[in-house]
Amino acid sequence: MSGEASKAIEPNVLWGGGRSPFSVSYGKMMMWFFLISDALTFGGLLASLGFMRHKFADSWPISEEVFFHFPFTHAHLPLMYVALMTFILIVSSVTMVLAVEAGHRMDRKGVAIWLALTVIGGLFFLGSQAWEWSSYIAGPDGLVSTWADNATLTQNPYPGKDGGPGAAHYTQFFFFVTGFHGTHVFSGVVLNFIIFLGVIQGKYENTGHYEMVEKVGLYWHFVDLVWVFVFTFYYLL
Amino acid sequence: MERDDIIEYSLDAHHSEEEGKKIRKKIWFVTALLTIVTAAEVLLGVFWNSIGFPWSVVKISFIIMTIVKAGYIVMVFMHLGDERKTLRWVILAPYALFIMYLLFILLNDATVLYNVRQALGI
Repeated sequence: MSGEASKAIEPNVLWGGGRSPFSVSYGKMMMWFFLISDALTFGGLLASLGFMRHKFADSWPISEEVFFHFPFTHAHLPLMYVALMTFILIVSSVTMVLAVEAGHRMDRKGVAIWLALTVIGGLFFLGSQAWEWSSYIAGPDGLVSTWADNATLTQNPYPGKDGGPGAAHYTQFFFFVTGFHGTHVFSGVVLNFIIFLGVIQGKYENTGHYEMVEKVGLYWHFVDLVWVFVFTFYYLL
Repeated sequence: MERDDIIEYSLDAHHSEEEGKKIRKKIWFVTALLTIVTAAEVLLGVFWNSIGFPWSVVKISFIIMTIVKAGYIVMVFMHLGDERKTLRWVILAPYALFIMYLLFILLNDATVLYNVRQALGI
């Protein structure tokens, strides 16, 4: 990519003041700082998941035996639905990066289309997560009404090996990790939509650049990045 | 009020139609790569037991594949690979250091606590 960051500038000029030594604007720098702190929160959550998983290794449930439901079918499809959710989020990340690319060409129509597709992808993911939560809470029989075998914060209908305490922690981490991530996806969709409105109003056309799209894009890619880790450390390991 | 002391870096980030084509090609390449790696992860997750891979190998390959995916997302999609080297280090180095420390402490302690649980039968 062309731009200020790829230019060779003498260090004494670059660090001499009056300019950003990183060649990024204030807003982008602050978005990166925010993402680092947010990544530390998620890192802490996933590290504590690893802690519990190792502490209760003897009674930790196996995800393939918990997540095998798929909408509109009763077939036994382990992890397929989560894989689909991952794919949806990756695709919406791709449409986002294409919106950023269109912004660099000042292609207002392209930015609007790709950003709208990103919002739709995010909504698809949120809908998938709602289905995932409801089918998880319903328990093995798939019925929410039979309260005794529903998954809650204190009770887990999916028996771990030997029925030890690992199963309950597994449920708690499911709600906290995917819930915290889902909240991020929701706010990402809201931000993307606000920027989308700005794009069709021609706000960034007047400013002369689409850096706002790039900044919400950073947040959106971060949400995708976190899901990649959640997918591995919660569902696969 | 216009301010002339603020450098607008993003005005410099524009590129032509031709450069855009090259960038889009790279984006589609990364898309294919991420999809393939995800598919490989799922297949390994479902079939590792019946193929007969040892769990330790499966576990390490999961972690490696995840880091490969994360690397492509951060470097290409988030454009960190196009930023200055100093910015790259400012973002990645403190984070990596802190998380590796946290993981070391937590996983080490978890193993100790697991052994304590086994020894006491709780």
